[in-house]
Amino acid sequence: MSTHVRHLRGLTIATAVTVTAALILVFFYAPLDAEQGFVQKIFYIHVPLAIVSLVGYCLGGVFGLMYLRTGKRVWDMRSYCAIHMSLIFSVGGIIAGSIWAKASWGHWWVWSEPTLVSYLIVILLFCTYQPLRFSIEDPERQARYAAVFAVVCGAFVPINFIVVRLSAEYVHPRVLNLEGGNLPGPMKLTFYVSLLGIALLFATLMKYEMAAKEMRIETRRLRRTLLGDDAVRPLGRTASPS
Amino acid sequence: MRTASAILRKDLLVELRTLETVPAMALLAVITFVIFHFGLNMDTLHGQLAAGVLTVTLLFAAMLAVNRLFVAEREQGGFDAFLLAPVDRTAMLYAKAGALFIFMVALEVIALPAFALLLDPPCLGHSLPAVLLILFLADIAFAVIGTFVSAIAVHTRARDLIGPIIGLPLLLPALIATARGLGPLLANGSSGSPPAKWLAVLALYDLINALLAIGLFDFLLEE
Repeated sequence: MSTHVRHLRGLTIATAVTVTAALILVFFYAPLDAEQGFVQKIFYIHVPLAIVSLVGYCLGGVFGLMYLRTGKRVWDMRSYCAIHMSLIFSVGGIIAGSIWAKASWGHWWVWSEPTLVSYLIVILLFCTYQPLRFSIEDPERQARYAAVFAVVCGAFVPINFIVVRLSAEYVHPRVLNLEGGNLPGPMKLTFYVSLLGIALLFATLMKYEMAAKEMRIETRRLRRTLLGDDAVRPLGRTASPS
Repeated sequence: MRTASAILRKDLLVELRTLETVPAMALLAVITFVIFHFGLNMDTLHGQLAAGVLTVTLLFAAMLAVNRLFVAEREQGGFDAFLLAPVDRTAMLYAKAGALFIFMVALEVIALPAFALLLDPPCLGHSLPAVLLILFLADIAFAVIGTFVSAIAVHTRARDLIGPIIGLPLLLPALIATARGLGPLLANGSSGSPPAKWLAVLALYDLINALLAIGLFDFLLEE
């Protein structure tokens, strides 16, 4: 059984259970925030999405580095999946952050929140990953260039975060961050369960995508063997070796 | 080093003889200053606004150079010849980054006086040493990241598009540091001393990106 399918069922069940538990905790267990009220609960979605997506970008860089070192295409596929999955998660994260900003501040976007700003810059950078990838025709070169890009941008994520934080004027108090250490017990539990749920969701979706890609490669290989090269139409935009 | 200086010499000679890149960059910079005058409807700029206008203009001009940096190599077989030669491949990075740095310096020789003339920021003469120091570090950032992005972009189909959209986010920390560093220097009554924080940020960012580029550049040149 392929590596990606091996624990998929167990992981899916664990993800479903954790995400459901997280939602139950968010709506029925976590206390209301004294200042912001019910609106604060979006923190349990926004921050886990942000953390998981940023870790996902760095993982994409690590997988890219592994591809450059070993030359095995499976690492490049993992890098591709990690990055575009993180892009989806981070778009969700920034929309949640924007909703939170609107509810807390009355503005859909605030420049005074350095975390949100550096997050936007990272999203804009990784939006260029797929255009870059699919504008290179040679598959091996595409994989190599994408891996180099992934490594540089994975290193860029923490640096960018630090520099933007340095540039923020602390005129406005930073309301969008509840530091992990300051959370009271029930909120802390809910937050960590949410974080675990989103992280498991990321891992499960990545496994599904890798499994689907492998299955497609295997099917095409079999068709090629049985029916000849002409029976297999070339794929369009794809990051996997056909 | 000899390889790098040979390639650098070749690039500078080509530029001197054809005068393609640097005059276009300088022209773009001057025109952009005029556009800013009309866009902002102001005769003089000072402080952070002046710093921002200068930084953004230098950035756009740098993007012009970045788009053209490896094109000759790609179209006239320079890459193939270089790969066949028994030399260290990182020499191409050093040479091209050096060329881009020199282009940026040449651009600033024209753009800074134009900036002083057209948009008249206060204390530019008084703060000039500090301004030049910050621009020196900023040019290193443009050179390193610009070369890296240009090397990626030259093998793609959408060459002119990919370069800027990857380069701009990667340059953003350097731009933040440059603009914020220049802001107090171009304000009224500026002391003329460079802000240490932003100098340190720029220097560190240059160093990190240089190390990353040196480590990864070979992979971009393989066949």
